[in-house]
Amino acid sequence: MSGSPLLMFEHGGLAELGRVPELAVAEFRAHVLDAVSGGARIATFFGRPAPGGAVRLLIVLSEEYTGILSAAATTVYDSYTALTPECPQAHWFEREIAEQWGVVPRGHPWLKPIRFHPSYRDGKDAWHRAEAPAAGDADFFRMEGEEIHEVAVGPVHAGIIEPGHFRFQCHGERVFHLEIALGYQHRGIERRLRGGPNARTLPYMETLAGDTSIGHALACCEALEALAGTRVPTRAHVLRGAALELERLANHVGDLGALAADIGFLPTASYCGRIRGDLLNMTAVLCGNRFGRGLVRPGGTAFDLAEEHVRDLQRRLRAAEQDTTGAAELLWQSSSVMGRFEDTGAITAETAQALGLVGPAARACGIERDVRRDFPSGIFRYAQIPVATFGSGDVFARAFVRALEIQRSIAFLKAQLDTLSPGPVLAPFGACAPNALAVALVEGWRGEICHTCLTGEDGRIDHYKVVDPSFHNWMGLAMALRGQQISDFPLCNKSFNLSYCGHDL
Amino acid sequence: MWKILLERFRQKHRTVGYPRRAPVLPERFRGLPAIDDAKVGDARAAIEACPVEALATDAAGRLRLDLGRCIFCGQCERACPEGGIVFGRDHRLCARTRDELVITAAGRTRAQTLDAAARRLFGRSLKLRQVSAGGCNACEADTNVLTTVVFDLSRFGIRFTASPRHADGLLVTGPVTLNMEAALRKTYEAVPAPKIVIAVGACAISGGLFADHEETRAGLADILPVDVFIPGCPPHPVTILDGLLRALGRIE
Ligand code: SF4
Repeated sequence: MSGSPLLMFEHGGLAELGRVPELAVAEFRAHVLDAVSGGARIATFFGRPAPGGAVRLLIVLSEEYTGILSAAATTVYDSYTALTPECPQAHWFEREIAEQWGVVPRGHPWLKPIRFHPSYRDGKDAWHRAEAPAAGDADFFRMEGEEIHEVAVGPVHAGIIEPGHFRFQCHGERVFHLEIALGYQHRGIERRLRGGPNARTLPYMETLAGDTSIGHALACCEALEALAGTRVPTRAHVLRGAALELERLANHVGDLGALAADIGFLPTASYCGRIRGDLLNMTAVLCGNRFGRGLVRPGGTAFDLAEEHVRDLQRRLRAAEQDTTGAAELLWQSSSVMGRFEDTGAITAETAQALGLVGPAARACGIERDVRRDFPSGIFRYAQIPVATFGSGDVFARAFVRALEIQRSIAFLKAQLDTLSPGPVLAPFGACAPNALAVALVEGWRGEICHTCLTGEDGRIDHYKVVDPSFHNWMGLAMALRGQQISDFPLCNKSFNLSYCGHDL
Repeated sequence: MWKILLERFRQKHRTVGYPRRAPVLPERFRGLPAIDDAKVGDARAAIEACPVEALATDAAGRLRLDLGRCIFCGQCERACPEGGIVFGRDHRLCARTRDELVITAAGRTRAQTLDAAARRLFGRSLKLRQVSAGGCNACEADTNVLTTVVFDLSRFGIRFTASPRHADGLLVTGPVTLNMEAALRKTYEAVPAPKIVIAVGACAISGGLFADHEETRAGLADILPVDVFIPGCPPHPVTILDGLLRALGRIE
């Protein structure tokens, strides 16, 4: 990107807001499209109110091969030329911008709300709606023709899961298209973060997506620490990394079990259900809560581990490793399992790249993308975890990549616990720099978590933007369903296991 | 086949002895809190440390802690270093009325069972439909855990059903987002009477962290009649199980 006017900055640092270049819309588009065609990804792209009733769009691009972030801004009023037709990665971001700020990205191929809430800008609504929208109330893709039928499910589903609405366009058993309508879990968290950090900031982070409490709390703390120039003690880095990997382990193991349950393979389903609980209990050894609530705090961690806790964790980890390996092996050795996993819900690497998929869903398409390696922070700057990939892009690949990551996370945890050095776990956390921007990327168990924090004159949070990995990946699930049997939907859905509340915020 | 059997043998029998035996809880578990007004010191400091306004003082200056709002973050405990508020290890937190969730130095009243008619109907077989109405997936996850071999919920005759029409009641999580309110009400209506409602977690009981958001309601309070409240953020699975069994009169 030589000659690019974009502001480049390092992950983990802060940028002065005044240095983010303000470009004309045409220039902004040209540079973003150029960077994306050169391999950059959109980490975040959002609007915020600007003087004179305008909306300032801010984009942060990430280049995984150089580990560099770059930012640019442009100011728009009621509409601008959409990026999406030339850059599919932008599609969901542009829908979000339209919904939040009433700005129309002209030429967007499917401009619909994503969360169904009123616009944040008085008198401006991208769809000229007079009243507050009802969830799911919008046009859906429709196929017409003889024997074409539509299947609608949700928001309330059969199991104990979060709500969402799915519409399938089918011909017989075959799915031509699946459209996913979300927003049922929208709690309006981002807007409540303004004026912080305060007593609620971290509790909000820990409930953005409850199964990713550590991931989101860590991203928030890293952003705040960058703004405040906090030096986090090494031991805290280790404990945070350990908690992040335990969270990954619990969820990945749970997912292997859930995949097995969906195809009626009960041995692995029941073992993994139990082992997942054991792993959550290991997080509770750290802080008393199975989801890690209250552990990660600006400056480090709120709890330390005593020597006997470390030994306890080492012992539990050995048991979990043995049990998980046994449970996972059964999957690969059973032809009835492999028959259902292989070639089901496949997506190509091209599709995954175009959509900007993240996490195991991307790695299962053979894409080497992992924040822990590409944008390492905390302990991952010193201890690397090899990136696990598999190329087939199907349910099997998504399961197998998880199994590989389980092994590697366990190896990492063992090594970290064996060499844990003494020292403090919490450094004083001071005031945040005013008029600054920090971007924190964390590899949560579903993939890249991106938090962007902008401070105002007073050093308080002026704007906060969260991108949960699910934000990138829901469209991946829709694509995986194309040409599949509708009866394979639960299996495909489980193989992505995306967050509803993490998306809906 | 042999491999499957061998692995089955190796993984052993894993169902917990609870409720016959005491549950195994983490050492740092934050269960039922106890208040000692004499040791609170600066009550203001504790009240201000609370992210969800779960703490207040009454006219006489005595501290009241609302378990229905509390997210068990432990901040107030830290703000009272003399031991004015101490989170204990008792996992039994459920209540039958909203008032019973308020803790003072005098402690609290233990939850009653459902009435005899309801116990007769549901005591040996209870089918629940779960609805997540803005839940963060933690309460949902720790409810789901009850169906694993560890807790083996069906040994108590309790099961989760796919259809509300097959259910005896609802187990609700989340603060009730505006976007889920209609679906929640419809699901409730679809459950045949007589039916019960169980609110799991601070959000469902009071709105929790989100109580004052315009995007959410303040939990189930003004929406559905609640028969059992199970506090926590999220409640430990054993706390949820205790709530279910206690309401049914299956444990004392
Ligand atoms: S533990 Fe409960 S009462 Fe105490 S500060 Fe946290 S939320 Fe408030």
